[in-house]
Order: sequence, then C-alpha cells, then structure tokens
Amino acid sequence: MSTLATDVAIIGGGLVGTSAALALRRSGLSVVVLDKGYCGAQASGVNYGGVRRQGRPLAQIPLSQRAHAIWPRLKELIGIDGEFLRSGHLKLARTEAEMAALETYAARVADLGLDLELMGHNGLRERYPWIAGHVAGASLCPGDGHANPRLVSAAFARAAERAGAHVMEHTPVHHVERMPDGFHLSTGAGIDIKARHVVNSAGAWAAPFAAAFGEPVPLGRIYPCLIVTEPVAPAMTVNIGAEGGGIYARQVERGNCIVGGVRGAPLPDADFSRPVGAPAISVMNRAAKLFPALRHAHAIRFWTGTEGDMPDRNPVIGFSATTPGLIHAFGFSGAGFQIAPGVGEVVADLIRDGRSTTPIDAFAIDRFVRTNEGSGADLMTEPQQRETSQ
Amino acid sequence: MALLKRLARRDLAIIPFTLDGVPREGRAGDTILTAALTLTEQLRHSEFSGGPRAGFCQMGACQDCWVVTADGRRLRACTTLLVPGMDLRTRPEGQS
Amino acid sequence: MSKKLRPLIVGAGPAGIRAAEVLANAGIRPLVVDEAPLGGGQIYRQRFVPDERTPRDLYGSEASKATALHQTFAALADCIDYRPQALVWNIGPTVADIAVDGRSRRADFTHLVLATGATDRVLPFDGWTIPGVFTLGGAQVALKSQGCAIGDSVVFMGTGPLLYLVAWQYLKAGAQVAAVLDTAPFAAKLNLLLGLPSQPGVVLRGIRYAAELVARGIPVHYGVAPIRVEGGARVTGIAWREAGKESRLACDAVGFGLGLRSETQLADLAGCHFIFDERDRAWRPERDAAGRTSVPGVYAAGDGAGVAGADAAELAGERTGWAILQDANLPVDTMRIRLLEKKLGAIDRFRSILERAFPFPTAWAAGLPDDVVLCRCEEIAVADARLAARQQSVVEINRLKALTRIGMGRCQGRMCGTAAAEVLASSCGRSLEAVGRLRSQAPIKPLPLDLTGEEDAA
Repeated sequence: MSTLATDVAIIGGGLVGTSAALALRRSGLSVVVLDKGYCGAQASGVNYGGVRRQGRPLAQIPLSQRAHAIWPRLKELIGIDGEFLRSGHLKLARTEAEMAALETYAARVADLGLDLELMGHNGLRERYPWIAGHVAGASLCPGDGHANPRLVSAAFARAAERAGAHVMEHTPVHHVERMPDGFHLSTGAGIDIKARHVVNSAGAWAAPFAAAFGEPVPLGRIYPCLIVTEPVAPAMTVNIGAEGGGIYARQVERGNCIVGGVRGAPLPDADFSRPVGAPAISVMNRAAKLFPALRHAHAIRFWTGTEGDMPDRNPVIGFSATTPGLIHAFGFSGAGFQIAPGVGEVVADLIRDGRSTTPIDAFAIDRFVRTNEGSGADLMTEPQQRETSQ
Repeated sequence: MALLKRLARRDLAIIPFTLDGVPREGRAGDTILTAALTLTEQLRHSEFSGGPRAGFCQMGACQDCWVVTADGRRLRACTTLLVPGMDLRTRPEGQS
Repeated sequence: MSKKLRPLIVGAGPAGIRAAEVLANAGIRPLVVDEAPLGGGQIYRQRFVPDERTPRDLYGSEASKATALHQTFAALADCIDYRPQALVWNIGPTVADIAVDGRSRRADFTHLVLATGATDRVLPFDGWTIPGVFTLGGAQVALKSQGCAIGDSVVFMGTGPLLYLVAWQYLKAGAQVAAVLDTAPFAAKLNLLLGLPSQPGVVLRGIRYAAELVARGIPVHYGVAPIRVEGGARVTGIAWREAGKESRLACDAVGFGLGLRSETQLADLAGCHFIFDERDRAWRPERDAAGRTSVPGVYAAGDGAGVAGADAAELAGERTGWAILQDANLPVDTMRIRLLEKKLGAIDRFRSILERAFPFPTAWAAGLPDDVVLCRCEEIAVADARLAARQQSVVEINRLKALTRIGMGRCQGRMCGTAAAEVLASSCGRSLEAVGRLRSQAPIKPLPLDLTGEEDAA
C-alpha cells in the first residue's frame, strides 16, 4: 500500500471536479482527482448540453455569469471549443400565464446582465418562423447557447491532467476521514491519498461523503432522457426551452437535434437508468408539433443519465460546516453544465484564499439543518414540470 | 445507369411511381430499393460528405437506404414495398 | 396455467417459427413480431409476389427445409398472434414497445424469445460506401427476394460459407461472376475434411459450389486483402493484394462479408448478461443449452444468440419453446429435448471446424489506411479511432463512441461495431474482449418523431 500526499484530493472527476483541479493547478497546488469510473461519464457528460443562464434562480446568477466568461475561452483552457455555440437561449411561453412568468423573471434579473429580450406571439413568428404551435411569446437570452457535454467533460479532465493534476480513473474512494495530519482517503486501487483539502464533487454519489462528516443532505436522483434525431437541414438556430418545462431542444452543427423534457427510469441498480417508451414518444411528438421541420425526422438514439437533485433546485457549494478543509460542490439538480466551470474556479478560490469573490451563501450545506422541517417534502417534484440540464 | 440487374420477375405487373420528379416503372413485389436501383445508381447522399449511397445490407440493418417521400416522410428502401403512385426523392429538401 | 402465459417471440425466422410451433402445440398463444412482411427470416426469405421461379431456384439444396418452415408457419396462423412489418424497438421488464404502421404499442409478456437473427459481419476498406458495394447477405436478398443481381459483373469477396454459396447462386441464376476473392488461404479449406464424418452433406455441398465455380472458369483467389474498390458514383473495379502482389479487376458490383454477426440489441435492453465468444470474436447473450439467458423468462435462439446457421436455429428455437413449457411446469417431450440438444451439440462442434476453414481476417483492422471511413453513418475515419486510442488513452469501446461518434449513427454500430472494436484493440494493444461491448440503446432502429403513442392509439 502506497500513500500519495497532495494539497487537494477531489472526489469525483466531473466538470466541477476537473475544472477545480485545473484552476488549482494554475495556482500551483498539487491535486489528485479520483473518479469511480471515467471522468465526466456521468451527469457532466450525459446531460443535454444547454449552456444557459436564463431561468436560473437569482442566487445562481453571479456564479453563472462567472462561468459565462469561461465558455468562449474553452479552446485556450482545455484545447477544444467543445462545440460551444453562442446561439442564444429562447424560452417559450405557451400560455399568457407562462408569458407573465417570463416577464416577471426578466424584471427580476434586469440588472444582472442577462440582456433578456421579451417578444410576443407575432414577434416570435417573425423571428423564428420554424417554431409552430400555440406559443404566446418568448424570452431570448442572446448570450446563452449550447455545447457538447461528452467532449467538454472529457477535455477538462485531460486539461487538468496536462496541467499536472494526478487523475485517477476507476478509483472509487472507499473511505475518507480527517486525522490530525489531514485527510486520509482509501481507494480500491491499493493507493491511499493524504490531503490537506478534500473537495466533494461526487455528483449524485456525493451524499455518503457529506454524511461521513456529519452532514446528511437530502440528495435525490433524476434520470433525464434525451432523444437524438438523424441529421436534418439546419433549422433550429437557437437553444429552445419552455417555461414550465416539458420540452427543450437544440440542433448541433452536424444537423442532429437533441430533444429532452422527460425522465427515464432507474434500473434495480439505481446508478443506472434507461429510457421509457411512452414518455419518450410523448416528447418526440411534442418536438414534431413544435418544430414542423422535424415532423418526419427520425429519432435514432435515446440516452439517459444519473444526476444529483436537491429539493430546492440549488446545489451545495462551499465549506463544510463541520470539517475544516472540506469543500462541497454537488447537487446541481439537472442544471450544472453551464455553471460547472465557474464552480470549479470558486472551489479553487476557497482553497487558495479561504473565500470567494463570487457570492455562494445560498448554497451552504447547513441550509438543510437550519430549515429541517419539511425539507424533503417536494422531493418527488413532477418531473415533466422541470427543465433538466438546460 | 442502373445499379441492379433484373434476372427474373421481369413479367410481373408494372407499378408506376415517381423518382426525383421523373415518372418511372417498377414491378409488383419490388422493394423501393429494387425499383429505384434497377433504374438509377443511388438512393441517398451522406449528410456529411454528400457522397452517394445505395444501401448496403438490403435487410434493414445498415440504415443506409432511407429515401424521402414528396411530403417528407422517410422510407427505408430495402424493407418497404413499392406502392403505385409513390413520389420518392433521393435528397431531402434542404440537402444540397 | 397455460392460459396465463403470454410469450413474445421476436423474429419469424427458423428459430422464431419453431419456438412458436412448440408453444402453439401446447395450447399457448404466442405473440410473434417480425420486421419482414412474410415469415421465413433472412435465410428462408419469401417473395412478396409469386413469380416464375421454383423453391428449388430460390433456396437450392435447402428448398425442402424452406418449404417445410413456410408451411409450418402458415399452419400456425390461427394459433398465434402474428405482427409482421413490426419493430420491437425497446424492451423493459416484461414489456416490449412495438412500432407497427406508424403507431407504438406496448405488449406485456411473461416470456420473451429473442430470435433476432444475424447480418453480415463486415470490416471497412477503401471505397466500401460506393454504390454497388453490398453485403453478401444483401446480394443474396437481391437475388432471392427480388430476382436481381447486384450488377452486371460481380466480384464476391470475404470469408465464410456464404461467400461460395452466393457466388454459386449468382452463377446458377445467370449472373456474371467476375471473381471470388477469399480472404483466407486455400490451406484453411482443408479443415473442412475434418467435418466430413459429422456433416458430410454440408461439406460436400460446399466443395461442389467451389468446384462448379472453378469449372465455369470463374477465377477464385485465396489469401486476398482488399486494397480498394474503385469508382465514384458507382463501382468500376476492385484492387487487392495477394501473396505480396497487387492485382485489379474491372467490375460493377462487389458482394462482401466476413461471416455473420448476431443482432443482440434487444438482449442487451432486456438486461441479459453477455459473454465474449472467442470463436465469433464477438459478445453474445449468455445462455444455457435450452436457450435460457441470465434473465428469468428471457430466452435466446438462432443466430441472434451466437452464429450457428439455419439448421441450428430451427433446433434452438424449438428448444426454447420446450424450455418455456419446462419453466412453467408444463408437460414436455424429454426424448425430443435430448435429441435437440444432441444435434445442437454436433452442429456446434462443426461450427468450430467451419471457423477454421473460413477464418476471420484478424490482421485486417491493424492494416487499414488511416483515411478509410470506419463508421458509414457518421463518416468517421479509422484515423479518428486510432487518434482517440493514442492521444486520449481510450481503451474501451463505449468511450471510443463517446469521444469519436463511431457507432452513434442510424445503424447504432451494426456495420462499424466489429471494425471499431478490432481497430481499437489493435491500436491500444488490448484484446478484443478487453475493449468491451458497444452498449445498445433504444430505439434499436430509427423511429419517426410523429410516431403515434399508445395513449393516442385507442
């Protein structure tokens, strides 16, 4: 049994963990990233691929803005652009009530730099004639877009590795505890890690690591189901979402459209999930109705993935309330892709400076201790009412 | 020029159809693939290179013989029977 | 008891039909779902419309087997629920999603027989997407079902019994066979003699096909490695290497295949455990001698459960039918079951001999030029797979798919999966088994977005 000593041990090689590793390496700290499988193979790699600020809770906007500055720099940061397209994100309102909700949201974020543009039915028709059906209006966030999660998540891991991080894949952490001389992590790979700091960025698998330090969290799981069409002629010029959920869609440069809005079902081993026929068809039909160009297109592939989900839709980000040197960053509730690179920088700030200039108070882990009563009451939120990963 | 060569079934009933705007004739019992490739050389074009394709496996596995009807529906040529009056295209609208 | 059984049989080829027959004879009414308009499978595929040809013209030496199978299936019509032109596109626990005529329907089942068959196993070569290049199976379908040759001057290339059978069928039908290019050395064929005692009919028929081809002056080359198929809009010729020497031949079509590969997507979605079959160089659902997979109530028979040919498919299909009865504690014919297993064992032993006579070209993938298209659907080059292995340390096939799109297109890796695994294994220095198995995803074949769902079907 050998022991590896490091400044920071990161549990979970998703986008948050690997972008933190990259930022930490730039600050000169030594980093070990541990992943039970391949880095970025879970939520970071199998999400929808929306790079979206619009629609986020207000508390997330500063963090989201910090990430927003990172996305156009991917090439320089990780060596590829990750198929990032600043297409804009268009959120549709199907009813007047939904339109009112979009207007309210736009007013609340007016000073936060999202530059939202509201449009009514006619304006929408004029600008996006490829959208059909009953649409009352929409809100456009021109600076938002979409990217390819498979490529981005893998490239962050490789970039961290190139920057000197020790990336250990297929290395589950069996046990972690804090000793007087720092954290001790034992793995199944015959190697133990000794670290001054630990980052818990284990996504849907993060709760046991938090619980190990006396911080139980109501972390649930969701299983978004995505549908990919055959390549079709360019039609969808903007990343589409809908107020109230039920459908989201984008078209990649190769022509495939990716459509989501429903959930898959977990397998007996809840780490894995699979698409379910009827809901998948219903979202296919929704896409066919909303986008006439796709009416006859074929779905060629479905996929599902496992994402960590918090009852209040906000992630846990920040210092542990019980254990010095421990930092949590998980529970992105189906909306982690865009903000993850920003979270990585914030995690690095916390370790390097003991604080971050980006406000993250709303994401403290002890918010569930403080409001314990009924905190798990809405764990079973109606899946189709919520957007995922946009 | 045709890709496929008929060795039998030449005397079966004629099935009229349209291929890329041109009136054509197939035979009763033809698949779309047979009807088209006994008359022309390709069924579709790659979305990426634009290269011509004419099917490959002829048993519904390779998915390389999808043609488009005039109203935009996709038909897998090797597993779809030719029906009188079919209006088929080897390029979907928007593909150049 | 038997009234409560609702078996679903996927595939109406030799295996599916024989499984249905056993169940129907026991008073059980299976649902038989098949993609084709008519039963018989690929091997005993029926014409859509009768024509001037006799069963002998269509099926040659296997005409009596084909006719018997078709007659059996026709006689079952009142005892089974049969859904032709229907695609089982997803399998969940005890439920299947079936697309038929623009609608998707759910079918609950108590037992599932996967008789999903096989298609040609192929590896890429320069020019393999040019119109006029078809699989050997495709060339055979064109002839049997459609009465067409794939060209005026056809080269057949590859390995496996189908190579000589299809070439011979083309010859008999009056097509011009330009050459047979066997990727295996002639010496490999001597292994066939080992099969003479157990399967003399099969061996002698194979020898006869080759002998007749040679007698009719058709060049047969052994130890061939393709260099390229020439042409742009269509095939104009083929170039190959043989004993270090380059040759070329003008032709306008190429029929090509390297044996068969099982259609295992539904077994994967059903959750069956897979094992690596060294002989097939492929993963297949694990099954016992009766066809039981690792999932209770799910059975696999025929070439979809590991390639063994049409005779074995009939026997294995029948055996799964009996297995369902056994597992439901219904009476069975134990003598018959013993006989079936004995015959299947003999065929399995003969399969090993066939594999030595028609060996898979194991060095092909490593020797592929970088710019050859590996994935036909997404048009991803061999170089991209090698680059992923070299620069991104990819050692697993699903990771290769995630990073390169290989196998992500319409065919879901049916045409490129073998090549992807072979190229990856040779690039990263791991065994074929170690690079793993491409996971299947619903829908197993493309579905229109405007497919009508169950809730609208009422």
